[in-house]
Amino acid sequence: MAEKAAGAVRPAMARREAVLESRLPRVGQWLPLLVIAPSVVAILVFVYGFILWTTLVSVSRWQGIVPDFTFVGFRNYATIFLSYRFQSDLRNTIVFTVFFLLGSLAIGLLLAVLLDSKVRGESFFRTVYLFPMAISFVVTGTAWQWLFVPGTPQEPTGLNLLFRKLGLPIFIDWSTTSDVWPNGGLQVEWLRVPLGIPLAMLPVIIAAIWQMSGFTMAMYLAALRGIPDELREAARVDGASEWQVFRYITFPLLQPITLSAVIVLGHISLKIFDLIMTQTGGGPGFATDVPGIFMYETTFKSNKYAEGASIAIVMLVMVSILIVPYLIWRLRSETER
Amino acid sequence: MSTARNRGVTRRQIMRRALALGLALSSGSSLLAACAGGTQPTPTPAPQAAQTPATTGTEDKLEIFSWWTNPGEADGLAALFDIFKKRKPGVEIINATVAGGAGTNAKAVLVTRMQGGNPPDSFQVHAGQELIGTWVVAGKMEPINDLFEQEGWLKVMPKTLLDQISYKGEFFSVPVNIHRSNMLWYNKKLLADHGLQPPRTLDDFYTVAEKLKAAGVTPLSVGGKDKFEVPHLFEDLLLAVFGPTDYTKLFSEPSVWESDPRVDEAIEVLDRFLSFANEDRAALSWADAAQRVIDGTAAMTIMGDWAYGYFINKGAKPGEVFGWAPSPGTDGMFMWLSDSFGLPKGAPHRSNAIEWLKVCGSREGQDAFNPKKGSIPARTDPDKSVYDEYLRYSIDRFAQDALAPSVVHGAAANEAYMTEYGNALNVFSASRDKKQVKSMLIEAARELSR
Repeated sequence: MAEKAAGAVRPAMARREAVLESRLPRVGQWLPLLVIAPSVVAILVFVYGFILWTTLVSVSRWQGIVPDFTFVGFRNYATIFLSYRFQSDLRNTIVFTVFFLLGSLAIGLLLAVLLDSKVRGESFFRTVYLFPMAISFVVTGTAWQWLFVPGTPQEPTGLNLLFRKLGLPIFIDWSTTSDVWPNGGLQVEWLRVPLGIPLAMLPVIIAAIWQMSGFTMAMYLAALRGIPDELREAARVDGASEWQVFRYITFPLLQPITLSAVIVLGHISLKIFDLIMTQTGGGPGFATDVPGIFMYETTFKSNKYAEGASIAIVMLVMVSILIVPYLIWRLRSETER
Repeated sequence: MSTARNRGVTRRQIMRRALALGLALSSGSSLLAACAGGTQPTPTPAPQAAQTPATTGTEDKLEIFSWWTNPGEADGLAALFDIFKKRKPGVEIINATVAGGAGTNAKAVLVTRMQGGNPPDSFQVHAGQELIGTWVVAGKMEPINDLFEQEGWLKVMPKTLLDQISYKGEFFSVPVNIHRSNMLWYNKKLLADHGLQPPRTLDDFYTVAEKLKAAGVTPLSVGGKDKFEVPHLFEDLLLAVFGPTDYTKLFSEPSVWESDPRVDEAIEVLDRFLSFANEDRAALSWADAAQRVIDGTAAMTIMGDWAYGYFINKGAKPGEVFGWAPSPGTDGMFMWLSDSFGLPKGAPHRSNAIEWLKVCGSREGQDAFNPKKGSIPARTDPDKSVYDEYLRYSIDRFAQDALAPSVVHGAAANEAYMTEYGNALNVFSASRDKKQVKSMLIEAARELSR
């Protein structure tokens, strides 16, 4: 379909280009290739090559300093999946991802809608909300760790101290309880960890939302500005309330941007490492541990390279589950145009 | 995303989009690879070629690899360098320190360098199984028995220590210092106010702790943020329950973990100790926990003797503000850990490295290093006048007490075991599930026989 259109619409231009190409036949052919070749080679080696290498290591017996590539099948995968720590990691990743995504999207959207209502000093607020993104996760983690250190009941610190000063009851042990909500968590026969929401994860989720909701705000704000006013005006003329305008006009038009935000935030949350490493170190117990930390410690502290590689592969698969459908969808919608 | 803005699309545009998509794909997958790529040590072949001692004439340098970057330890290292410079003037010392608590970062860098066939001339490593289980078993170290005989170290270092740092009768590193892990530190005023003596036995401890708890004082201050504090407490309690000989057996005969009822007893003791401890330990480092003792908000803490250096740095007077005793039930036992230097195969400046090891093992070197680092020499013949009150006490205990190797600090077991053991106890610290910690400890013990 597209080919026909190309031939029909601009025959003159095509002819001119053909002339140009015949004049510089070789340059035209090898220059583009030459320009992209280094990055293609680099990506083949450093991305796909290393994925392949990691996969090989993950089915080997390599433990300790000396490489040992004896094939052991999926033994390393079985080991990690049966371990208490990795089961806890998977539960935590899911909890973190769900809450982090919902929180960032909701708060980002709210901020964007508020800013879009022609507030005075908009650019000032935009900067304020975007600013946390300029800070490294390591700094965020350290600062929020101070906020959530509970202290002792006699001498509360951080937020608990604030609550005490305000005359409010001191709520929870923040980052030091390993309780799982609801009440001890859901015990499943063949799982070694209780399912549920680890309470110590909440401070981490709050810190992460604080860091990234400015980013979703910026994306939503751009999308809101891209919606033609005529659409909304037309709806208002037809007698729609402001809520109905938002619900039936604005919100559906924000869907593509929401998807992009989910992809960006999703891959951050599935391989989060620095924030949690600095804020809780994965503790207490493994209530906030994630595969990234487990992978790092298995590989570089215990020198269990094969098991470390299998954790990495599992992480890769998790991210792929999120990204690949998106890429396929993008590819399809690009070609359908 | 099809919008009205595309009327006709040329083939060229399609090509362009495909290219853009390709780039997007590849940058997307480099994101994916960020997690996968992290696992890679540099994939170089085993450095067979680099394993023969270099005999080139470039003996004008010496590269020493360590993680001593903090005040005190860095000063001690500089003192060792000074002695080396006097003995071998004209040799340039390359101080390859890698910052990072407990050497985690340094160890990762070291692994990469050794696998890449680019070893430093000598590197810091915890003496005992951390060195043996990781480096000696992998065949990366040169035995240095000759040095031990030649320099007379066999006579001046305790026999138990020598047994615990050798592998199949061979030595691979020179211990330059000794720290003691089984120490109880207490607030003098708090105990005196309640008419209490520092506890000597486990039962003493329960009595003291009950009284303090009844009086509204936190009896025991425990950290947990750096993940080694509770495992550290447990190794001291294991020593109290098992005694030095049987404790050491726990790491040479892994089956003991399953068969010996004293394992359950030790877990029970730990559970009881934790019931006297602060609940917020997951958010505290060992130093935060120690701080509470000199602040007077907690009465006691069990930590290695680097806590002494911390207290002194904070301006607390030994003997006035705080006092010390062996951790409950371990009187007459000395749980040791030691920093040491070894000789990697293929060290580029081998003869300088050997001279360096001689400095490390010498009385002069150890007496220059240890007062600054806040540890005691591995030799039993130091010049005691250069050490302060606590270190003199420790030197005496080291010469007399029964020695036992520390797990958490790399003396008793390899790193794979250390991690699993630490995991088990950190989970226990949060969950207090005795059955679970037992099964995790038994699982961890499998790493010992590998």
